[in-house]
Amino acid sequence: MTNSEGRSPEPGARRSPKPDRRIQGHPILTFESKGPVTFFFEGRPLTGRQGETIAAALAANGVRLFRRAEKTGRPRGFFCAVGKCASCLMVVDGKPNTMVCMEPLREGARVERQRGRGRLP
Amino acid sequence: MRETDIAVVGGGPAGLSAAVAASRLGAKVALIDDNDRLGGQLIKQTHKFFGSRHHYCGTRGMDIATILEQELRGLPAEILPGTSVVGLYSAPPLAPRPSPLADGVLALAGRERFTKLGFKRLIVATGAAENNLLFENNDLPGVYGAGAVQTLMNVYGVRPGARVLMVGSGNIGLIVSYQLIQAGIEVAAVVEALPKIGGYHVHAAKLARLGVPILTSHTIIRALGNEEVEGAVICRVDKNFKPLPGTSRRLRVDTICLAVGLTPLSELLWQSGCRMVYVPELGGHVAWHNENMQTSLGHVYLAGDVSGIEEASTAMLEGRVAGAHAAMSLGKVPLAGQAPAEQVIAEAQAELASIRKGPFGDKAACGKAKLAGCAPV
Repeated sequence: MTNSEGRSPEPGARRSPKPDRRIQGHPILTFESKGPVTFFFEGRPLTGRQGETIAAALAANGVRLFRRAEKTGRPRGFFCAVGKCASCLMVVDGKPNTMVCMEPLREGARVERQRGRGRLP
Repeated sequence: MRETDIAVVGGGPAGLSAAVAASRLGAKVALIDDNDRLGGQLIKQTHKFFGSRHHYCGTRGMDIATILEQELRGLPAEILPGTSVVGLYSAPPLAPRPSPLADGVLALAGRERFTKLGFKRLIVATGAAENNLLFENNDLPGVYGAGAVQTLMNVYGVRPGARVLMVGSGNIGLIVSYQLIQAGIEVAAVVEALPKIGGYHVHAAKLARLGVPILTSHTIIRALGNEEVEGAVICRVDKNFKPLPGTSRRLRVDTICLAVGLTPLSELLWQSGCRMVYVPELGGHVAWHNENMQTSLGHVYLAGDVSGIEEASTAMLEGRVAGAHAAMSLGKVPLAGQAPAEQVIAEAQAELASIRKGPFGDKAACGKAKLAGCAPV
């Protein structure tokens, strides 16, 4: 796997990704630092921020695999992030088929990967 | 059952403009949106609008959302955020009406409960959904719509990845690529299947100055990775978009962003029973409509991307036409100091015609002309 575009790298282009995926120092936007929210992903405590969706909080923690397809078991993440494509269905507080790109993050939420159609509680 | 004169579905640029126009003209309006925050896709648009004569030129999309929302909140309109429309029961012309006052009923799902809303006029401003593209492993986590990436970065301040391949060089692909760089993310390349760049030169030039290669006559043929995107294979294509053997190469990326067009979100319109027409230039199936944005049903209107994929400036103008016409059709009297409906409609229609005469308005103008050539029923 090589980058064969043959251009000189810009300053910083080869930086390895930072563990924190929160954007800092944006030229246009400022992201108010709202309070932290603790939630659980597959039983593991993670920190998100007030006012964001579960999908955004997972992405900020580097979680991209949200569920597995019913027949093939293939991994799925979000695709549209605006509540239209249903690729991001997860089990939240035991409730399957929760569209996490629209679902606000709540303190103590238990978020789990969904397999197939999920089971009703 | 709650009742309103005009129900507007969708709180993006088209729906907000429709609700503002209709409220100013004295109609009782209810605006429904499935998000908690109004503005639709404007809230993630950090770029400044330009090109057209309308008065938001030079303003960032996200600020336009705030302006429109404030305009609406200053009017006696009902706003129902965090609410999805899950049913439409519209009376056909000769059937008994759902109530003596309403021409139709919407079923609404809020976070906690279901409610009904009777309406006399319905304005569908549901927007559009991003298209996927056919290639191997296109379902891997890390293959995102360009708009999804924009939402993640610009609304929530989260990086989707560290190194991105952008597929598609229309304005969305170009603008989002630039915004990725603004967010500190590397753009490995922009690939475009057509032999030339699709979007405005000014956006492409910004990327070129930053050293991002824009590879025309190229496409993605495979995403690499087992559980998540770990790379992409791109190749050259001939003029029929067939991959050229021996031209494929791997790019080290962790995110693949698709900016390959949008499809109108027409479900409610299909369900209403209005006439639908397939017009490729408008993005697929759209409801037939006249220049007043009325569908074949008359009391059902539409505005914005759901009437044909265009841009936020045209969506706002279409919304104004739909809102004003719907209010006028109910015989409403404008609020004090507001221009009469006929004037609002005529001015917005003139601006729409002027935008569509521009070099990038061709496609929409052609699509709308095709619609005009069809019979309403």
